Amino acid sequence: MHEKTLTQLAAALKSGEFSSRELTAHFLQRIDKADGKLNSFISVTAEQALRQAEVADNARAAGKTGPLAGIPLALKDIFCTQGLKTSCGSKMLDNFIAPYNATVVEKLNAAGTISLGKTNMDEFAMGSSNESSYYGPVKNPWDLTAVPGGSSGGSAAAVAAGLVPAAMGTDTGGSIRQPAAFCGITGLKPTYGRVSRFGIIAYASSLDQAGPLARSAEDCAHLLGVIAGHDGRDSTSVARGVPDYVEGLNAPLSGLKIGLPKEYFGDGLDPEVEKAVREAVKVYESLGATVREVSLPHTHYAIPAYYVIAPAEASSNLSRYDGVRFGHRCDNPSDLIDLYKRSREEGFGEEVKRRILIGTHTLSEGFFDAYYTKAQQVRRLIRQDFLDAFEDVDVLMGPASPTPAFDLGAKKDPVSMYLQDIYTIAVNLAGIPGISVPAGFVGGRPVGLQILGTHFAEAQLLNVAHQFQQATDWHLQRPAFAEEYA
Amino acid sequence: MAIEDSHVRRAAHLARLAISDDQASGFVDDLSRIIDMVDQLQSIDTTGISPLSHPLDATQRLRADEVTETNQRDTFQRCAPAVENGLYLVPRVVE
Repeated sequence: MHEKTLTQLAAALKSGEFSSRELTAHFLQRIDKADGKLNSFISVTAEQALRQAEVADNARAAGKTGPLAGIPLALKDIFCTQGLKTSCGSKMLDNFIAPYNATVVEKLNAAGTISLGKTNMDEFAMGSSNESSYYGPVKNPWDLTAVPGGSSGGSAAAVAAGLVPAAMGTDTGGSIRQPAAFCGITGLKPTYGRVSRFGIIAYASSLDQAGPLARSAEDCAHLLGVIAGHDGRDSTSVARGVPDYVEGLNAPLSGLKIGLPKEYFGDGLDPEVEKAVREAVKVYESLGATVREVSLPHTHYAIPAYYVIAPAEASSNLSRYDGVRFGHRCDNPSDLIDLYKRSREEGFGEEVKRRILIGTHTLSEGFFDAYYTKAQQVRRLIRQDFLDAFEDVDVLMGPASPTPAFDLGAKKDPVSMYLQDIYTIAVNLAGIPGISVPAGFVGGRPVGLQILGTHFAEAQLLNVAHQFQQATDWHLQRPAFAEEYA
Repeated sequence: MAIEDSHVRRAAHLARLAISDDQASGFVDDLSRIIDMVDQLQSIDTTGISPLSHPLDATQRLRADEVTETNQRDTFQRCAPAVENGLYLVPRVVE
């Protein structure tokens, strides 16, 4: 059962090959057996999952179900789930029981999907390795000495290991695409505003976006169709119709114009990763696409701009954790300032503190214009690079990450960790969609091909990714872990 | 622009974050490296470029000023560390 795609699972549920209860129990058993080694879940909600499965089975018997009803999924622990712990990977929220559901959760519930639990993540989604989680690092199922990527590392590892058919993540600077690449699965970051941020714990509000991590582009298409759409409760959610993302998957690619940004193939790129990506591009040529080099001249300013804008927004968003209304509170505060300061000191981990301090510093008097205003101006130049490129080509392609998954503990210096996101971070600054698809292996660790499109081009990205997956079998490879331990 | 101990302590106070002397010196090192990297921005000429705060250049949507939410105080206070009679408890602020 754990080898099937969402389309296959939906067909099997429909034909009565197995029930949702049997399917859910199967995945819960796999999590029980294997997750001690992976640490991909923060909480497993078995009882609720089995109850939801029973409801889905009953609805099916009564003839009232949608296509994804009864399929088990997992949620990054950044999505608020009513009545359940929602930790965001932080000690600050270790005791937080969310009083309401995120819109994404409501939409998945309405579609009849089952939630198996909440997946591990970098604390407050700040990280590229899943090592900053209060609940410990997640291991990569392809190699237990490697990181799974981050911040949606738990979601990616769980899907890759076959502990769940697909999972939801969020992406502020690469947090869906990079872990998808490191774990050999498919991950889509939609256009900013395509999916509601309501009930998703905020990191950097002008960059955050939710999306699916799954076994294939087709599975991502099914899930995006469920979670996308306008939401009055998120003022940045875009009022625009949601196309049928599955319908266009099989459109032929003849005449597709692909751009390869020369800045994505320069210094710092692992030559073996480059080789895998160029091989993938050749597959597209054989499918009728044409390829040309393009330039995104401000690429190297994306990480500097991001590390002003994201921490600035984070320092503001995380000011709500004050030890008064919810979350961690220190013992015996002497006065109100002591209550704030010690609750936050005890509740936040190192990386979160670093970003709060950077953001507070760059927003403070005397530094605001030199850093924050400047970074926002550069952000416009970065977005313009993409818009100019999309005048000439349909999609851009390149590596999702300069290297395959690195070893746990390998990146001790924060800046060297930040530089990992060189190919993903500009995409969030520009607000465009991006998808990472498996495109080979280097030293037994997966390589991701990143495909970028212009604003609201998700249907095209999914079509382009799906056609690659019809011509190759990288996305069908499974880690030995999936059979050995689960 | 170099980061000094006083910058870190000022930011920590503004962010209401307690830090020990040891931690402060570690943060001076980390933040210095980050600011060095960020300072690459200063080499771009951005004269006449307007700042971008929303990737789709959207403006804040407005709605009619009507009550849309019901009072859920009890629900929301269930996750609070200390409440009494519907009020959040904190150390005494006014004598």
